[in-house]
Amino acid sequence: MTGTVHTAPLPDLLCARCNVPLQLAKVNVAYLGNAFPVELPKCPKCGQVYIEEALALGKMVEVEQQLEDK
Amino acid sequence: MEQRDLRALEEQCIQECAPPCTAACPLHVDVRAIAAEAARGDLDAALKALRKTVPFPGLVGRVCEQPCRPVCKRGEAGESIAIAALERACADYGALKAEKTRALPKRNHHVVVVGGGLSGALAAHDLARKGYTVCLYEALDPVGGSLWSYPEEVLPHALITQELNVLETLGIEFHLNTRVGVDLTLDALREEHEAVYLALGASATETFGLELDERGRVKIDPITYATSRAGVFAGGNMIRGPEGRSAIQSLADGRRAAISIDRYLQNVSLTASRSGEGSQTSCLYTRTDDVAPLPLVPMASPADGYTRPEALAEAQRCLQCQCLECVKVCEYLEHYGRYPRKYVREVYNNLSIVQGTRTANRFINSCSLCGLCAQVCPTDLDMGAVNKRARQAMVAQGRMPPSAHDFALRDMAFSQSAAFALARNAPGADASDYVFFPGCQLAASTPSHVRAVYDYLGGALPAGTRVGLLLGCCGAPADWAGRADLAKSAWEELREQHAALGRPKVVLACSSCHQVFRQNLPEIEVVLVWDLLAKHGLPGLGARPGQGQTVSVHDPCTTRQEAGVHANVRALLTALDYQVAELPRSGARTTCCGFGGAQWLANPEVTRKVVARRVQEGPADYVTYCAMCRDVFAREGKRTLHLLDLVFGHPGQPGGPGPNWSQRHENRARVKRQLLKDIWGETMDGQAAYESIKLLVSEEVRARLEARLILDEDLQRVIEHAERTGRRLLQPQTGRYVASYKPTAVTYWVEYTPQAGAFLIHNAYSHRMEIVEDEPAAGQGGVA
Ligand code: SF4
Ligand code: SF4
Ligand code: SF4
Repeated sequence: MTGTVHTAPLPDLLCARCNVPLQLAKVNVAYLGNAFPVELPKCPKCGQVYIEEALALGKMVEVEQQLEDK
Repeated sequence: MEQRDLRALEEQCIQECAPPCTAACPLHVDVRAIAAEAARGDLDAALKALRKTVPFPGLVGRVCEQPCRPVCKRGEAGESIAIAALERACADYGALKAEKTRALPKRNHHVVVVGGGLSGALAAHDLARKGYTVCLYEALDPVGGSLWSYPEEVLPHALITQELNVLETLGIEFHLNTRVGVDLTLDALREEHEAVYLALGASATETFGLELDERGRVKIDPITYATSRAGVFAGGNMIRGPEGRSAIQSLADGRRAAISIDRYLQNVSLTASRSGEGSQTSCLYTRTDDVAPLPLVPMASPADGYTRPEALAEAQRCLQCQCLECVKVCEYLEHYGRYPRKYVREVYNNLSIVQGTRTANRFINSCSLCGLCAQVCPTDLDMGAVNKRARQAMVAQGRMPPSAHDFALRDMAFSQSAAFALARNAPGADASDYVFFPGCQLAASTPSHVRAVYDYLGGALPAGTRVGLLLGCCGAPADWAGRADLAKSAWEELREQHAALGRPKVVLACSSCHQVFRQNLPEIEVVLVWDLLAKHGLPGLGARPGQGQTVSVHDPCTTRQEAGVHANVRALLTALDYQVAELPRSGARTTCCGFGGAQWLANPEVTRKVVARRVQEGPADYVTYCAMCRDVFAREGKRTLHLLDLVFGHPGQPGGPGPNWSQRHENRARVKRQLLKDIWGETMDGQAAYESIKLLVSEEVRARLEARLILDEDLQRVIEHAERTGRRLLQPQTGRYVASYKPTAVTYWVEYTPQAGAFLIHNAYSHRMEIVEDEPAAGQGGVA
């Protein structure tokens, strides 16, 4: 789960609190003590991150399961 | 699991034992493999399989006395396989690829074999293959001994010559027309060779000055065939005598002597681990009572043996003996493609891994712990018990995948929370004689049954009996998850509640609860509702709703050992005027619905197979007496009724799909709220803020939520948090919000639109991976 996992185009989401568009940024995701840098849409002001369905139910589950079996 | 536990478990599974034919064969010919190849029509491969054990495959089928045949399992369903005839057909029609008679590197030892009959020939062959320099002495010319005494039509002479040709190919030095004992002495032979095998045949009178047995024949050690003289071994018909003549035993003797000579020359123990040699009784179990009988395939011309098609047909009668009793009845064991002897090794390895991937995690968590395997296993091996122990060990090692049982454990926590848990004596009573413990799933599935049973008990038990109510969870999900800690505390709590209620008799409506109580709270007296109904009679005198209709009973797997319960349930059905058509697997051999052991969570694919197989086992409606079994089958479209639906009626559409996961929680909460109000006149305290969030969920989205195990309360928490804190994302074109929240271990995402005081749900999903926030919003830590 290293590098740029997020391949879908940036969704046209606004941070509803800061009212600014999300921008791709390096974010760390972690599971069972393992952390990985990934590039995810994020609010440049408050840091709110977006994880789209395809990522959550695809690559993320895959990696979760790999880590659970380690 | 200790290594020796593993060994013991591995040995308990007899699936890898040789089938009866092979075990009985003194040479352990792999008859099953031969028959399998022949049945496919590949007689070349069949011949190769025969050749693997017997260097003279063309001879053996014509001369063997077939000690294998009387024990052949096909004999229990028709007639035993014509094994020798099949072997002969392999040799007649099969062809071997150019033999690479590859001997081991030459050894600097000289051995001599005296006698060129079957026994001597086989010993000479085996020793030459092992790399020894072998001389073969034969009194006549050519070699073959008693083989020449068979009539030509049984054993064509050309075939003898052709089959024994392999000896020359191996470079064995022939000394023909040389009678040992007359033309030269054993002493002389022994001087030039380090070991001797005497295999002179039945008519031999020469005894070489060796020690004799009571019959006056050369005396040998029964295990090693060593004579009284070091380095001299003897076997075959010269030892057995004319009355004990046997072609197959002669061959086997030659093999045994060759093993002894090899060990003797290598200076290792002659006797160690030889118990497997020679004819044995098979330890394999193969069920035949369900096999349709088939008669022997006759030969059009017995003198010519089987034709090719006849041989194929005969081979197809072979049962391909194996056990797999457990695999045949368990979709889970079947799914993973192997059998317990292999599985226990994989489980053990999984627990022993220090670094690397634990490939059996899912396997271990996919068992429903139903005990059917132990029930059908000839040696009672219980994979459920193995898997349960393995789960406990995984938890202890900190290696249980967090996702495996999480949903079930949270469901259990809900049932133990104030939302559902309750312990009350009857109004006005300060102790109880009986207490009804409906368990979590009956309350979740058909809440009205809880009240109905409670009222029934009040009416049916002798006047003055004080009946209390205990709501909660029996701890089964924790037990299944290997969480001994959580299970123990659940049982401790039950114990305390039970004591506080004055140690009443506990009435149960769930066989899983019943099993848990019996195994873990043995001091508490329990009784199942069905047993009480059978004893005290049905409510609503004279109601016979069945009207003669036929139903099939699915006994919950946790009643496997409860023959009395099975009988009572059937008696109740009869009293209700139903006819029972038994399913092929019922009573002690009933199956799990896939809910047990949390199989459905770990491996939905296996559970789908389990349910698909079960629901097509009978055409009639099913009746069961476990709320989960009922809901599982009904969800698959099989009309399934709970016994209590028949006894007390059902408020909705009986037999159809049960409530969804969110409704199950609601139903439990409602049971408590309602009973507290109706029976004890109490109202419950207020709700948490999120509970007031109103949701609008379409059927399509509901199906998705069900599959993803996302509950309304998860959605409510996300939305309540997003709306309160403002932390949400907006899709400007659609006006939809996207928000996430992580109440404990799982992060939930919800796409929604606020709509007239409620929230329309478009989608929801979850993940366990955490976002490591670098700028946590003040006071709102942990929000994605
Ligand atoms: S029933 Fe299963 S576990 Fe038992 S001996 Fe047969 S294959 Fe092995
Ligand atoms: S049925 Fe086949 S495998 Fe079984 S004992 Fe007979 S020959 Fe052997
Ligand atoms: S699911 Fe049941 S029958 Fe199958 S292995 Fe597990 S305990 Fe045995």
